[in-house]
Amino acid sequence: MNSDLTDSILYLDAVSVSFDGFKALNDLSFVVGRGELRAIIGPNGAGKTTMMDVVTGKTRPDKGTVVFDGSVDLTTRDESAIASLGIGRKFQKPTVFDHQTVEDNLLLALEGPRTAFSSLFGWRNRIAVNQILEALSIIRLGDLKDRLAGSLSHGQKQWLEIGMLLAQNPKLLLVDEPVAGMTDAETEETARLLASIAGEHAVVVVEHDMSFVRALNCKVTCLHEGSVLAEGTIDSVSANDRVIDVYLGR
Amino acid sequence: MMAFLFHRFDKASLVFIVALALIAVFVPVLNLAVPDGSTFHIPTYLVSLWGKYLSYALLALALDLVWGYCGILSLGHGAFFALGGYAMGMYLMRQIGARGVYADPILPDFMVFLNWKELPITWYFFDHFAYALVMIILVPALLALVFGWFAFRSRVTGVYLSIITQSLTYALLLAFFRNDMGFGGNNGLTDFKDIIGFSIQAPATRATLFSITAVMLAFGFLVARSMVASRFGQVLASIRDAESRTRFLGYRVENYKLLVFVVSAAMAGIAGALYVPQVGIINPSEFAPDNSIEAVIWVAVGGRGTLIGAAIGAVLVNFAKTWLTGTFPDFWLYGLGALFILVTLFLPKGIIGALAARFGARGKGEAA
Ligand SMILES: Nc1ncnc2c1ncn2[C@@H]1O[C@H](COP(=O)(O)OP(=O)(O)O)[C@@H](O)[C@H]1O
Ligand SMILES: [Mg+2]
Repeated sequence: MNSDLTDSILYLDAVSVSFDGFKALNDLSFVVGRGELRAIIGPNGAGKTTMMDVVTGKTRPDKGTVVFDGSVDLTTRDESAIASLGIGRKFQKPTVFDHQTVEDNLLLALEGPRTAFSSLFGWRNRIAVNQILEALSIIRLGDLKDRLAGSLSHGQKQWLEIGMLLAQNPKLLLVDEPVAGMTDAETEETARLLASIAGEHAVVVVEHDMSFVRALNCKVTCLHEGSVLAEGTIDSVSANDRVIDVYLGR
Repeated sequence: MMAFLFHRFDKASLVFIVALALIAVFVPVLNLAVPDGSTFHIPTYLVSLWGKYLSYALLALALDLVWGYCGILSLGHGAFFALGGYAMGMYLMRQIGARGVYADPILPDFMVFLNWKELPITWYFFDHFAYALVMIILVPALLALVFGWFAFRSRVTGVYLSIITQSLTYALLLAFFRNDMGFGGNNGLTDFKDIIGFSIQAPATRATLFSITAVMLAFGFLVARSMVASRFGQVLASIRDAESRTRFLGYRVENYKLLVFVVSAAMAGIAGALYVPQVGIINPSEFAPDNSIEAVIWVAVGGRGTLIGAAIGAVLVNFAKTWLTGTFPDFWLYGLGALFILVTLFLPKGIIGALAARFGARGKGEAA
């Protein structure tokens, strides 16, 4: 058990969250290893987004343990403290800064000092051109770098938000439904990208698109009614009777 | 410092600074050096009136910094303005010395009238100009720090924040009305005689005060502009547009808000301190919630999130106010209300925002 904890980048044990009596998370426990790529699947309302809310400090769990990097208790910290520890998040509904350019969005996300004073006086010392260009080329928005983010298509916003995650260079990336609104080719590309950054970073991806999950080629956790229904390879999980019952359908 | 103030300097900013520099020089010249009968002569009362407008412009700038760039709609900025004004007023009161009606060398008239025997601690050292200068900045800044620390930490935003800023200024209004507070009660502070040795009525003093106000407005603009043009300003805009997203990127939103709020309050305090010697009085009515709301209207009219627009809005609206209250005294409030509605409906970006859009220059607020 404890070697689980010390080897983990993210460790959830018996986490519960309820909203007006409704248990969105119900004794949820799972462990993600350092550098691991993990897919989370499950029907709508299973608690996938709520799990990310708990990890990133948006929602406080009613009970349970949430530990980052083997030792850091996340339940007592707020969003910005957790982000500074090295946890980045892409939201289910793409959230970028609409009134700022693509490039400025990346600049805001770029790892580095975040204090008010450093942004006021120190920021010009940080020549970040290369990192920004690299992120722009990965997300293929180089030509649109001066466009306002609000004018991008849904799929482009998804990519921009992924680019912001990369720029943040976190130890753990939480990616909520990244391929909604993307074409098949873009979906494949996203799977390749996420798989390629795993190893150096741990990546937790929530997604419904089963061909995408298959392309990630990683361990899969299926959530249902706020707890883990099944866990294992994609083949074992999708062959699981209970998973077929509640999620995949017969 | 210079690199900070002039980073990403644009043409509109240059025009604005040059215009302020020109009026800082030429208004005093036209007032003092051009003889009374000439068409080019500017009478002293006009110099002070425009000095008052410029101090309002500085207040508007301070308000635009928090509202236009960080989305903090303060309906209590008049409180910081008034506190700066009172700090200046207290210095001016102590300069009167034995020349007051009761001729007490230390105690201001109203204290003698109330039968006070000793100067309250709050008034200590206000006979020193340097001390007063420090207080002009420190008192509003400290109030903003304490208020903001609680409000931003508990994540009070939007309408709720606006309401508590309004309550703040209202509470101060009631407090300053009380005689036992020791700030002159209902009547406030007035009958000033001189400022660092110069007669406050003398045209040369008035002209100098005007110039200093213009220079401080230019300086305040430079500081505000550099803040919003830096990465700090970029984060402010992010907070304004998507506060929780900004937190998830690791920014301590409350610290950003606190810093900009404190700087803005200090700026408002300076504006109040420049206002008082030119108007000749400070009383509790400066804390009235209506004043703070009027300031919001100036910013909306000129163009929220444009800085220059806020300053111009303050001057235009107050110019109209002077004219309307002189001609149709009963109509000013209706006029102001109508103006606000018209601007909201037809010029949502204000006058300067609309002009900038028209001439293709994207508003700095959008892009910052
Ligand atoms: N802030 C909230 N208030 C009330 N109910 C919520 C809230 N957030 C989520 N829920 C509920 O919790 C359940 C889990 O939601 P969510 O985590 O978004 O599911 P998923 O992302 O797996 O589709 C849903 O039934 C949802 O309605
Ligand atoms: Mg969800």
